[in-house]
Amino acid sequence: MADLYDRYSSVVYAVALRVLGDTGAAEDVLQEVFLQLWRNPGAFDAARGSLGSWLAVITRNRAIDSLRKRRPETDIEDVVLSVAPDLAGEAERARAAEKVRGVLGSMAPNQRSALEMAYWEGMSHSEIADKTGEPLGTVKTRIRSGLIALRKAFQS
Amino acid sequence: MSEHEQYAEDLALYALDALAEADRVKLEQHLASCSACRLELEQLRGDTALLALSAAGPRPPQRARQRLLDAVTREPRLAAVAQGELRRGWWGWLGWAGTAAVIVFALSLWRENSSLKEMLASASAHSAESARQLDELRKIAAPIIEPEAQRVTLVAAKTPAQPQGKAFYLKSRNSLVFLASNMPVLPAQKAYELWLIPTSGNPIPAGVFKPDARGSAVVVNPPLPAGVEAKAFAITVENEAGSAAPTTPVLMVGAGE
Repeated sequence: MADLYDRYSSVVYAVALRVLGDTGAAEDVLQEVFLQLWRNPGAFDAARGSLGSWLAVITRNRAIDSLRKRRPETDIEDVVLSVAPDLAGEAERARAAEKVRGVLGSMAPNQRSALEMAYWEGMSHSEIADKTGEPLGTVKTRIRSGLIALRKAFQS
Repeated sequence: MSEHEQYAEDLALYALDALAEADRVKLEQHLASCSACRLELEQLRGDTALLALSAAGPRPPQRARQRLLDAVTREPRLAAVAQGELRRGWWGWLGWAGTAAVIVFALSLWRENSSLKEMLASASAHSAESARQLDELRKIAAPIIEPEAQRVTLVAAKTPAQPQGKAFYLKSRNSLVFLASNMPVLPAQKAYELWLIPTSGNPIPAGVFKPDARGSAVVVNPPLPAGVEAKAFAITVENEAGSAAPTTPVLMVGAGE
Protein backbone atom coordinates (compact mmCIF):
# COMPACT_ATOMS: atom_id res chain seq x y z
CA MET A 1 0.00 0.00 0.00
CA ALA A 2 2.93 2.33 0.77
CA ASP A 3 4.25 1.78 -2.79
CA LEU A 4 0.85 2.46 -4.35
CA TYR A 5 0.48 5.54 -2.19
CA ASP A 6 3.88 6.87 -3.20
CA ARG A 7 3.08 6.33 -6.86
CA TYR A 8 -0.46 7.70 -7.01
CA SER A 9 -1.06 9.98 -4.01
CA SER A 10 -0.01 13.09 -5.94
CA VAL A 11 -2.69 12.44 -8.62
CA VAL A 12 -5.37 11.64 -6.04
CA TYR A 13 -4.54 14.64 -3.86
CA ALA A 14 -4.36 17.05 -6.82
CA VAL A 15 -7.79 15.96 -8.05
CA ALA A 16 -9.36 16.13 -4.56
CA LEU A 17 -7.81 19.53 -3.87
CA ARG A 18 -8.92 20.93 -7.23
CA VAL A 19 -12.53 19.93 -6.48
CA LEU A 20 -12.63 20.82 -2.80
CA GLY A 21 -10.17 23.71 -2.57
CA ASP A 22 -9.43 22.78 1.03
CA THR A 23 -6.38 20.79 2.09
CA GLY A 24 -8.07 19.11 5.10
CA ALA A 25 -11.06 17.92 3.05
CA ALA A 26 -8.72 16.80 0.24
CA GLU A 27 -6.68 14.74 2.73
CA ASP A 28 -9.89 13.08 3.94
CA VAL A 29 -10.81 12.07 0.38
CA LEU A 30 -7.23 10.87 -0.24
CA GLN A 31 -7.47 8.69 2.85
CA GLU A 32 -10.92 7.36 1.89
CA VAL A 33 -9.92 6.49 -1.69
CA PHE A 34 -6.79 4.55 -0.70
CA LEU A 35 -8.62 2.79 2.15
CA GLN A 36 -11.33 1.67 -0.26
CA LEU A 37 -8.66 0.27 -2.56
CA TRP A 38 -7.07 -1.49 0.40
CA ARG A 39 -10.36 -2.97 1.59
CA ASN A 40 -11.48 -4.06 -1.85
CA PRO A 41 -8.57 -4.28 -4.32
CA GLY A 42 -10.72 -6.45 -6.61
CA ALA A 43 -12.84 -3.38 -7.42
CA PHE A 44 -10.18 -2.25 -9.87
CA ASP A 45 -10.06 -4.29 -13.06
CA ALA A 46 -6.48 -4.09 -14.37
CA ALA A 47 -7.57 -5.42 -17.77
CA ARG A 48 -9.62 -2.29 -18.40
CA GLY A 49 -7.15 0.55 -17.88
CA SER A 50 -4.49 1.99 -15.65
CA LEU A 51 -4.85 2.24 -11.90
CA GLY A 52 -3.87 5.92 -12.03
CA SER A 53 -6.81 6.77 -14.31
CA TRP A 54 -9.24 4.71 -12.27
CA LEU A 55 -8.09 6.35 -9.03
CA ALA A 56 -8.45 9.79 -10.64
CA VAL A 57 -12.06 9.03 -11.61
CA ILE A 58 -12.94 7.51 -8.22
CA THR A 59 -11.33 10.48 -6.44
CA ARG A 60 -13.17 13.05 -8.52
CA ASN A 61 -16.50 11.30 -7.84
CA ARG A 62 -15.85 11.04 -4.10
CA ALA A 63 -14.66 14.65 -3.89
CA ILE A 64 -17.81 15.85 -5.69
CA ASP A 65 -19.95 13.75 -3.30
CA SER A 66 -18.12 15.41 -0.42
CA LEU A 67 -18.48 18.89 -1.96
CA ARG A 68 -22.19 18.42 -2.48
CA LYS A 69 -22.55 16.72 0.91
CA ARG A 70 -24.31 13.77 -0.66
CA ARG A 71 -23.91 10.08 -0.13
CA PRO A 72 -21.71 8.28 -2.67
CA GLU A 73 -23.88 7.55 -5.69
CA THR A 74 -21.84 4.88 -7.38
CA ASP A 75 -20.13 1.86 -5.93
CA ILE A 76 -16.41 1.87 -6.80
CA GLU A 77 -16.82 -1.59 -8.33
CA ASP A 78 -19.30 -0.16 -10.83
CA VAL A 79 -16.81 2.37 -12.17
CA VAL A 80 -15.41 0.67 -15.24
CA LEU A 81 -13.43 2.82 -17.60
CA SER A 82 -11.40 2.37 -20.67
CA VAL A 83 -8.59 4.78 -21.38
CA ALA A 84 -6.18 4.64 -24.26
CA PRO A 85 -2.90 6.10 -22.96
CA ASP A 86 -0.87 4.16 -20.42
CA LEU A 87 -0.78 6.46 -17.41
CA ALA A 88 1.15 4.25 -14.99
CA GLY A 89 4.31 6.33 -14.75
CA GLU A 90 4.69 9.86 -13.49
CA ALA A 91 6.38 10.96 -16.73
CA GLU A 92 3.51 9.59 -18.89
CA ARG A 93 1.00 11.33 -16.64
CA ALA A 94 2.87 14.64 -16.85
CA ARG A 95 2.97 14.41 -20.67
CA ALA A 96 -0.73 13.48 -20.80
CA ALA A 97 -1.63 16.33 -18.40
CA GLU A 98 0.18 18.80 -20.63
CA LYS A 99 -1.71 17.51 -23.67
CA VAL A 100 -5.05 17.74 -21.82
CA ARG A 101 -4.32 21.33 -20.81
CA GLY A 102 -3.48 22.06 -24.45
CA VAL A 103 -6.81 20.63 -25.65
CA LEU A 104 -8.72 22.56 -22.97
CA GLY A 105 -6.85 25.73 -23.94
CA SER A 106 -7.87 25.34 -27.57
CA MET A 107 -11.59 24.87 -26.77
CA ALA A 108 -14.11 27.68 -27.12
CA PRO A 109 -14.38 29.41 -23.71
CA ASN A 110 -18.09 28.48 -23.34
CA GLN A 111 -17.37 24.83 -24.00
CA ARG A 112 -14.42 24.72 -21.67
CA SER A 113 -16.33 26.36 -18.84
CA ALA A 114 -19.36 24.05 -19.29
CA LEU A 115 -17.07 21.02 -19.11
CA GLU A 116 -15.18 22.37 -16.11
CA MET A 117 -18.32 23.34 -14.20
CA ALA A 118 -19.70 19.82 -14.71
CA TYR A 119 -16.42 18.11 -13.88
CA TRP A 120 -14.82 20.15 -11.14
CA GLU A 121 -17.91 21.65 -9.53
CA GLY A 122 -20.23 18.68 -10.01
CA MET A 123 -22.95 20.92 -11.49
CA SER A 124 -25.80 19.27 -13.37
CA HIS A 125 -26.46 20.37 -16.92
CA SER A 126 -29.59 22.26 -15.80
CA GLU A 127 -27.59 24.15 -13.15
CA ILE A 128 -25.03 25.07 -15.81
CA ALA A 129 -27.81 26.15 -18.18
CA ASP A 130 -29.30 28.35 -15.41
CA LYS A 131 -25.93 29.90 -14.64
CA THR A 132 -24.88 30.58 -18.23
CA GLY A 133 -28.34 31.34 -19.63
CA GLU A 134 -27.78 28.81 -22.45
CA PRO A 135 -30.31 26.21 -23.61
CA LEU A 136 -30.11 22.79 -21.93
CA GLY A 137 -29.44 21.03 -25.22
CA THR A 138 -26.48 23.31 -25.96
CA VAL A 139 -24.92 22.57 -22.57
CA LYS A 140 -25.37 18.81 -23.08
CA THR A 141 -23.77 18.96 -26.52
CA ARG A 142 -20.85 21.07 -25.28
CA ILE A 143 -20.05 18.65 -22.48
CA ARG A 144 -20.12 15.61 -24.71
CA SER A 145 -18.16 17.11 -27.56
CA GLY A 146 -15.59 18.44 -25.05
CA LEU A 147 -14.99 14.92 -23.74
CA ILE A 148 -14.80 13.51 -27.27
CA ALA A 149 -12.26 16.21 -28.23
CA LEU A 150 -10.04 15.01 -25.37
CA ARG A 151 -10.34 11.41 -26.56
CA LYS A 152 -9.49 12.34 -30.14
CA ALA A 153 -6.37 14.20 -29.04
CA PHE A 154 -5.07 10.96 -27.55
CA GLN A 155 -6.08 8.81 -30.50
CA SER A 156 -4.20 10.83 -33.08
CA MET B 1 -31.96 9.59 -34.75
CA SER B 2 -30.98 6.10 -33.63
CA GLU B 3 -31.61 4.97 -30.07
CA HIS B 4 -27.87 5.19 -29.28
CA GLU B 5 -27.60 8.74 -30.62
CA GLN B 6 -30.54 9.68 -28.48
CA TYR B 7 -28.64 8.48 -25.41
CA ALA B 8 -25.20 9.75 -26.46
CA GLU B 9 -25.38 13.10 -24.67
CA ASP B 10 -27.00 11.62 -21.59
CA LEU B 11 -24.14 9.11 -21.42
CA ALA B 12 -21.58 11.93 -21.21
CA LEU B 13 -23.54 13.54 -18.37
CA TYR B 14 -23.93 10.16 -16.67
CA ALA B 15 -20.15 9.60 -16.83
CA LEU B 16 -19.83 12.89 -14.92
CA ASP B 17 -22.65 12.05 -12.44
CA ALA B 18 -24.36 15.16 -13.82
CA LEU B 19 -27.54 13.59 -15.16
CA ALA B 20 -30.88 14.41 -13.54
CA GLU B 21 -32.46 11.57 -11.56
CA ALA B 22 -35.34 10.81 -13.96
CA ASP B 23 -33.01 10.66 -16.99
CA ARG B 24 -30.53 8.59 -14.98
CA VAL B 25 -33.08 5.87 -14.23
CA LYS B 26 -34.12 5.73 -17.90
CA LEU B 27 -30.52 5.54 -19.07
CA GLU B 28 -29.61 2.82 -16.55
CA GLN B 29 -32.50 0.72 -17.88
CA HIS B 30 -31.17 1.17 -21.41
CA LEU B 31 -27.58 0.39 -20.30
CA ALA B 32 -28.69 -2.89 -18.78
CA SER B 33 -29.55 -4.17 -22.24
CA CYS B 34 -27.19 -2.25 -24.56
CA SER B 35 -23.56 -3.29 -24.73
CA ALA B 36 -22.70 -0.57 -27.28
CA CYS B 37 -23.77 2.13 -24.84
CA ARG B 38 -21.95 0.41 -21.95
CA LEU B 39 -18.79 0.45 -24.04
CA GLU B 40 -19.29 4.12 -24.88
CA LEU B 41 -19.78 4.84 -21.15
CA GLU B 42 -16.44 3.16 -20.38
CA GLN B 43 -14.81 5.32 -23.04
CA LEU B 44 -16.41 8.48 -21.68
CA ARG B 45 -15.24 7.62 -18.16
CA GLY B 46 -11.76 7.18 -19.65
CA ASP B 47 -12.11 10.67 -21.14
CA THR B 48 -13.03 12.06 -17.71
CA ALA B 49 -9.85 10.44 -16.33
CA LEU B 50 -7.89 12.49 -18.87
CA LEU B 51 -9.68 15.59 -17.64
CA ALA B 52 -8.70 14.72 -14.06
CA LEU B 53 -5.07 14.79 -15.12
CA SER B 54 -5.27 18.49 -15.84
CA ALA B 55 -5.34 19.03 -12.06
CA ALA B 56 -1.92 19.91 -10.76
CA GLY B 57 -0.96 20.90 -7.27
CA PRO B 58 1.30 20.32 -4.33
CA ARG B 59 2.04 16.81 -3.10
CA PRO B 60 0.01 15.69 -0.09
CA PRO B 61 1.59 16.42 3.28
CA GLN B 62 3.71 13.70 4.90
CA ARG B 63 1.19 13.30 7.74
CA ALA B 64 -1.41 12.03 5.22
CA ARG B 65 0.86 9.11 4.32
CA GLN B 66 1.34 8.13 7.95
CA ARG B 67 -2.38 8.52 8.64
CA LEU B 68 -3.20 6.11 5.81
CA LEU B 69 -0.58 3.53 6.80
CA ASP B 70 -1.81 3.64 10.43
CA ALA B 71 -5.39 3.13 9.24
CA VAL B 72 -4.35 0.25 6.94
CA THR B 73 -2.78 -1.68 9.83
CA ARG B 74 -6.12 -1.46 11.66
CA GLU B 75 -8.24 -2.42 8.65
CA PRO B 76 -8.98 -5.96 7.55
CA ARG B 77 -9.23 -6.53 3.80
CA LEU B 78 -12.01 -8.40 2.06
CA ALA B 79 -12.04 -12.09 2.91
CA ALA B 80 -11.18 -13.09 -0.65
CA VAL B 81 -7.91 -11.19 -0.50
CA ALA B 82 -7.01 -12.53 2.90
CA GLN B 83 -7.56 -16.03 1.55
CA GLY B 84 -5.41 -15.18 -1.45
CA GLU B 85 -2.59 -14.21 0.84
CA LEU B 86 -3.13 -17.31 2.91
CA ARG B 87 -2.91 -19.38 -0.25
CA ARG B 88 0.36 -17.74 -1.19
CA GLY B 89 1.58 -18.46 2.35
CA TRP B 90 0.71 -22.10 2.00
CA TRP B 91 2.33 -22.28 -1.41
CA GLY B 92 5.50 -20.81 0.08
CA TRP B 93 5.44 -23.49 2.76
CA LEU B 94 4.62 -26.15 0.17
CA GLY B 95 7.59 -24.99 -1.88
CA TRP B 96 9.95 -25.80 0.97
CA ALA B 97 8.10 -29.02 1.77
CA GLY B 98 8.26 -29.94 -1.92
CA THR B 99 12.01 -29.36 -2.06
CA ALA B 100 12.51 -31.56 1.00
CA ALA B 101 10.29 -34.25 -0.49
CA VAL B 102 12.26 -34.24 -3.75
CA ILE B 103 15.55 -34.69 -1.85
CA VAL B 104 14.12 -37.63 0.12
CA PHE B 105 12.67 -39.05 -3.08
CA ALA B 106 16.01 -38.78 -4.90
CA LEU B 107 17.78 -40.62 -2.07
CA SER B 108 15.18 -43.38 -2.23
CA LEU B 109 15.62 -43.58 -5.97
CA TRP B 110 19.30 -44.06 -5.53
CA ARG B 111 18.58 -47.06 -3.28
CA GLU B 112 15.57 -48.59 -5.00
CA ASN B 113 16.07 -47.37 -8.48
CA SER B 114 14.06 -49.76 -10.63
CA SER B 115 10.93 -50.21 -8.51
CA LEU B 116 10.71 -46.51 -7.81
CA LYS B 117 11.12 -45.72 -11.50
CA GLU B 118 7.95 -47.72 -12.15
CA MET B 119 6.18 -45.90 -9.32
CA LEU B 120 7.35 -42.60 -10.72
CA ALA B 121 6.10 -43.46 -14.21
CA SER B 122 2.72 -44.44 -12.78
CA ALA B 123 2.57 -41.30 -10.60
CA SER B 124 3.49 -39.17 -13.57
CA ALA B 125 0.75 -40.74 -15.74
CA HIS B 126 -1.71 -40.28 -12.89
CA SER B 127 -0.63 -36.68 -12.48
CA ALA B 128 -1.04 -36.00 -16.22
CA GLU B 129 -4.54 -37.50 -16.08
CA SER B 130 -5.38 -35.37 -13.01
CA ALA B 131 -4.09 -32.25 -14.76
CA ARG B 132 -6.20 -33.08 -17.84
CA GLN B 133 -9.31 -33.58 -15.69
CA LEU B 134 -8.61 -30.35 -13.82
CA ASP B 135 -8.22 -28.50 -17.09
CA GLU B 136 -11.50 -29.98 -18.31
CA LEU B 137 -13.29 -28.90 -15.10
CA ARG B 138 -11.82 -25.41 -15.35
CA LYS B 139 -13.15 -25.17 -18.90
CA ILE B 140 -16.60 -26.08 -17.63
CA ALA B 141 -16.44 -23.71 -14.67
CA ALA B 142 -14.92 -20.71 -16.45
CA PRO B 143 -17.98 -19.52 -18.40
CA ILE B 144 -20.03 -19.87 -15.22
CA ILE B 145 -17.83 -18.11 -12.69
CA GLU B 146 -15.39 -15.88 -14.61
CA PRO B 147 -16.55 -12.25 -14.42
CA GLU B 148 -15.64 -11.54 -18.06
CA ALA B 149 -17.75 -14.40 -19.40
CA GLN B 150 -20.73 -13.27 -21.49
CA ARG B 151 -23.99 -14.09 -19.76
CA VAL B 152 -27.10 -14.14 -21.87
CA THR B 153 -30.54 -14.79 -20.46
CA LEU B 154 -32.95 -15.98 -23.10
CA VAL B 155 -36.62 -15.26 -22.60
CA ALA B 156 -39.66 -15.53 -24.84
CA ALA B 157 -39.39 -12.94 -27.63
CA LYS B 158 -40.98 -9.54 -26.90
CA THR B 159 -40.96 -10.22 -23.17
CA PRO B 160 -39.27 -7.53 -21.05
CA ALA B 161 -36.16 -8.80 -19.22
CA GLN B 162 -37.03 -10.00 -15.75
CA PRO B 163 -34.76 -10.55 -12.74
CA GLN B 164 -33.76 -14.20 -12.72
CA GLY B 165 -31.73 -16.46 -10.48
CA LYS B 166 -30.59 -20.04 -10.97
CA ALA B 167 -29.13 -22.09 -8.15
CA PHE B 168 -27.16 -25.30 -8.82
CA TYR B 169 -26.83 -27.19 -5.56
CA LEU B 170 -25.15 -30.54 -4.95
CA LYS B 171 -25.88 -31.60 -1.39
CA SER B 172 -23.41 -34.50 -1.37
CA ARG B 173 -20.53 -32.14 -2.16
CA ASN B 174 -21.86 -29.19 -0.18
CA SER B 175 -21.45 -27.21 -3.37
CA LEU B 176 -23.59 -24.33 -4.60
CA VAL B 177 -23.30 -22.16 -7.68
CA PHE B 178 -25.82 -19.36 -8.08
CA LEU B 179 -26.22 -17.14 -11.15
CA ALA B 180 -28.42 -14.08 -11.30
CA SER B 181 -29.29 -11.79 -14.18
CA ASN B 182 -31.25 -8.57 -14.75
CA MET B 183 -31.12 -7.80 -11.03
CA PRO B 184 -32.13 -4.20 -10.24
CA VAL B 185 -29.40 -1.93 -8.84
CA LEU B 186 -29.55 -1.55 -5.07
CA PRO B 187 -28.93 1.52 -2.92
CA ALA B 188 -25.45 1.88 -1.36
CA GLN B 189 -24.90 -0.26 1.75
CA LYS B 190 -27.54 -2.77 0.58
CA ALA B 191 -26.96 -6.15 -1.05
CA TYR B 192 -28.92 -9.22 -2.08
CA GLU B 193 -28.69 -12.24 0.20
CA LEU B 194 -29.33 -15.76 -1.02
CA TRP B 195 -30.99 -18.21 1.36
CA LEU B 196 -31.09 -21.97 1.32
CA ILE B 197 -34.51 -22.99 2.67
CA PRO B 198 -34.04 -26.42 4.25
CA THR B 199 -36.81 -29.02 4.42
CA SER B 200 -37.02 -28.21 8.10
CA GLY B 201 -35.65 -25.33 10.16
CA ASN B 202 -34.76 -21.72 9.46
CA PRO B 203 -33.37 -20.28 6.21
CA ILE B 204 -29.58 -20.67 5.97
CA PRO B 205 -27.50 -17.74 4.63
CA ALA B 206 -26.02 -18.82 1.28
CA GLY B 207 -24.03 -15.77 0.19
CA VAL B 208 -24.38 -12.03 -0.19
CA PHE B 209 -23.99 -10.48 -3.63
CA LYS B 210 -24.22 -7.22 -5.50
CA PRO B 211 -24.99 -7.32 -9.21
CA ASP B 212 -22.57 -5.69 -11.65
CA ALA B 213 -23.57 -2.79 -13.91
CA ARG B 214 -25.31 -5.26 -16.20
CA GLY B 215 -27.35 -6.72 -13.34
CA SER B 216 -25.45 -10.03 -13.30
CA ALA B 217 -24.03 -11.75 -10.24
CA VAL B 218 -22.46 -15.07 -9.34
CA VAL B 219 -22.14 -16.78 -5.98
CA VAL B 220 -19.78 -19.77 -5.87
CA ASN B 221 -19.58 -22.19 -2.97
CA PRO B 222 -20.64 -20.02 -0.04
CA PRO B 223 -19.94 -21.57 3.39
CA LEU B 224 -22.84 -23.95 4.10
CA PRO B 225 -23.46 -26.61 6.73
CA ALA B 226 -22.80 -30.13 5.38
CA GLY B 227 -25.46 -32.26 3.71
CA VAL B 228 -28.51 -30.00 4.10
CA GLU B 229 -31.50 -30.95 1.99
CA ALA B 230 -32.76 -27.83 0.20
CA LYS B 231 -36.49 -27.33 -0.25
CA ALA B 232 -36.05 -24.00 -2.01
CA PHE B 233 -33.78 -20.99 -2.48
CA ALA B 234 -34.83 -17.41 -1.87
CA ILE B 235 -33.44 -13.88 -2.10
CA THR B 236 -33.98 -10.88 0.17
CA VAL B 237 -32.39 -7.45 0.35
CA GLU B 238 -30.16 -7.01 3.39
CA ASN B 239 -27.38 -4.74 4.61
CA GLU B 240 -24.24 -5.39 2.57
CA ALA B 241 -22.52 -7.15 5.48
CA GLY B 242 -25.25 -9.82 5.24
CA SER B 243 -27.69 -11.01 7.85
CA ALA B 244 -28.01 -14.26 9.83
CA ALA B 245 -31.75 -14.37 9.20
CA PRO B 246 -33.92 -12.62 6.57
CA THR B 247 -35.05 -9.16 7.73
CA THR B 248 -37.04 -8.14 4.66
CA PRO B 249 -39.76 -9.88 2.61
CA VAL B 250 -38.67 -12.51 0.10
CA LEU B 251 -38.00 -10.89 -3.27
CA MET B 252 -37.41 -14.01 -5.35
CA VAL B 253 -37.94 -17.67 -4.57
CA GLY B 254 -37.62 -20.97 -6.37
CA ALA B 255 -38.31 -24.55 -5.27
CA GLY B 256 -36.18 -27.53 -6.32
CA GLU B 257 -36.91 -29.28 -9.60
